Amino acid sequence: MSATLRKWIDERFDWAALTAPLRKKTVPTHDLSYWYFLGGITLFLFGVQVCTGILLLLYYRPSASEAFESVQYIMTRVQFGWLVRSIHSWAANLLIFTAFCHMFSVLFLGAYRKPRELTWITGMLLLFLAMGFGFSGYLLPWNTLAFFATKVGTEITGQVPIIGHGLKVFLRGGEDVTGATLTRFFGFHVALLPGLTLLLLLTHLALVQYFGMSVPPAVEARWKAVPSEAREIKFFPNFFLRELMAWYIALGVLGALAAILPWELGAKADPFAPAPAGIRPEWYFMFMFQTLKKIPAKVWFADGDVLGILAFGVAGILWLLLPFFDQTGGTRGRKLVLGLGTFALSYIIAMTIYGYMAK
Amino acid sequence: MDTWLNNGFTRSLILWFVILCASVAGVHAQTPSTCMDCHAALDPPLQVTQAQFSQDIHAQKGLTCESCHGGDPSKADMEAMSKAAGFRGKIQRNQVPELCGHCHSDGAFMRKYNPSLRTDQLAQYKTSVHGKRLLQGDSKVAVCTDCHGVHDLRPASDPRSKISPLNVADTCSRCHSDAKYMQGYGIPTDQYAKYTESVHHEAMTIRGDLSAPTCSTCHGNHGAAPPGVDSVRNVCSNCHVFQAQMYDKSTHKAAFQSAGLPGCVVCHSNHDVTRPTDAKLSTGPAGVCMRCHKPGDSCDQSRAKLLQDLTQLDDAIKASDRVLGTAESSGMEVSEARTEQDQARDSLTKARVTIHSFKTDLVEEDIQAGLKVAAKTEAEGKAALAERDRRRKGLGLSLGIILIVLLGLRLYIRQIESNSSNVGTAELHH
Repeated sequence: MSATLRKWIDERFDWAALTAPLRKKTVPTHDLSYWYFLGGITLFLFGVQVCTGILLLLYYRPSASEAFESVQYIMTRVQFGWLVRSIHSWAANLLIFTAFCHMFSVLFLGAYRKPRELTWITGMLLLFLAMGFGFSGYLLPWNTLAFFATKVGTEITGQVPIIGHGLKVFLRGGEDVTGATLTRFFGFHVALLPGLTLLLLLTHLALVQYFGMSVPPAVEARWKAVPSEAREIKFFPNFFLRELMAWYIALGVLGALAAILPWELGAKADPFAPAPAGIRPEWYFMFMFQTLKKIPAKVWFADGDVLGILAFGVAGILWLLLPFFDQTGGTRGRKLVLGLGTFALSYIIAMTIYGYMAK
Repeated sequence: MDTWLNNGFTRSLILWFVILCASVAGVHAQTPSTCMDCHAALDPPLQVTQAQFSQDIHAQKGLTCESCHGGDPSKADMEAMSKAAGFRGKIQRNQVPELCGHCHSDGAFMRKYNPSLRTDQLAQYKTSVHGKRLLQGDSKVAVCTDCHGVHDLRPASDPRSKISPLNVADTCSRCHSDAKYMQGYGIPTDQYAKYTESVHHEAMTIRGDLSAPTCSTCHGNHGAAPPGVDSVRNVCSNCHVFQAQMYDKSTHKAAFQSAGLPGCVVCHSNHDVTRPTDAKLSTGPAGVCMRCHKPGDSCDQSRAKLLQDLTQLDDAIKASDRVLGTAESSGMEVSEARTEQDQARDSLTKARVTIHSFKTDLVEEDIQAGLKVAAKTEAEGKAALAERDRRRKGLGLSLGIILIVLLGLRLYIRQIESNSSNVGTAELHH
């Protein structure tokens, strides 16, 4: 059967020529090569999101009067609806977590260096898009927590100088968070963001294929000094099978989380109710939220919130352009990037913990 | 301490000095009212400051000192307080109601300021214990200014007002809790202390429910008097409408009336109305039935049945609560069952209201309706727990399969790598 199929394909597409690059492709192997799996796991989780997202679309209704009830219906009436919705919610969070880990591993292992600047930039843009997915998807169940978190989140956007108010109105579909915001966020979540993500993801993967896996500078130096120590394995099947194992582990973790800690639905959003205490954004926005909370109302003559938002904006752009600070190949640029990376990681962890501990 | 400032002669000197200064100033500044110029500097009770009077609703509506006290405040000296100018001086306590009523009973006059304000306060006051005693010459009883204040009189809607619902009990207690002041009237002085223990006080002060009962809600305000035995039910039924309707159906109504017992108060007390519990139907210390009924009589049997019914539904709701709580803490979605559960709670509340009819068949209807819902929600909770267990078994099975696949993959990788030379020397990329 498989031989017949192979023959059928060979007669039409020259399968051997098509798959030649795959057979030739190799992956370096060393003490730190397990970090290579993070990108693959993130890709796997993205695939999970696409599949579960399509399944949720079969029942979800994007309007203020029906959204909550439709998610409640998915959770209680639809066969395995609870599993699909819980996996979608957990995978979203795990995806952002693995994407963050992937980013920091790339940074600390020096994989962003020339010639992979564009791979870094597309990866960073993908991370921003993933956070956009998280922000837009959080509102879709139309529950109290999501409603008020979106209100706070879009209010912060409104603080951006000059374009802030326009941006807020654009995001909300009006001056306030209403059913129009929900419809809009749904559009972003299932059409705009997936389209942009697909484009960037293909570019990112093409760049990874083109340049191959980066070898960390320390390993690279060692291999240069003693070339006989350099090792690599074939991408297919050796690396692919290992990646498959990582995906299976991720699937197990996802299943366990969905079954033991199903994603809760909460109470339906009531725009006329007062905001409940302890409104917090999703954990990946917490470090920014906590920073903005702690900035004094006035810093010198500037508005504290505006200053904080501008600072995060500038930091985001600098972070995007990080590879260009380490262009010379010297230790100075590398040390600067490592220092910035260590600071950013410590800051994000500390402010996130502080955000959850603070009342 | 008798300082020079407290000396009467010195104070008169100061007063005349102030009047003189005010007269001189008046020549230049044309002060519209000179009363405050002196009275601001006096000691209480003669002291009235501009800051104080500016808060007064009358001042805010354009009334001045002369509106009540007469005289001519445009005059800059003692001429302002001359008899010729119609100066009435300090209003005697027994004249206060008539003076206030002069305007407040005039519908045409009051319409200009507040068309929705009633104009029967004076008439009502005359029917109150306060009003009647005042007419009999008792000047200790409350007159308008005792409750409303004077010179800084605020409307009831102002939370700082003495007659704001939040402050009414304090205002009444200033006299009614003063045992020395109330001596001779033959009424208790513990009403306020009892009221602060009541569920009504809790509703007012803790829950901030300004519609909760305070003294004037049951006793009336201008026509304040203790509700008579016959009218207690009418007082309580202003808020507790359904309880009153049920009470009307009960045999207690006629029995209490013939025995001269004050309706609701017999079981619930008056000032210290505490949160009623089902234990009121018990034979324990909190129980009230056995104060009148004999053990084993038909009423005692009905009491036992009512208590049993209420306890049964309460227990059923609690059992359903426990199951749904466990399901919720396991992450199961049971919000629909939670919403349904409210119907069972409503039935229990309704049964507790129907109790006032003391008819077991009526209460039984509510109880059965509640039990049906509680059984349904408990079943839904149990189904959610069974579903949780199924999920966990499914998870165990899935994890087992994943583990087997992982082991298989590991073995397969080992096999292909031992059979071929896949691992080799790398050609470094860039």
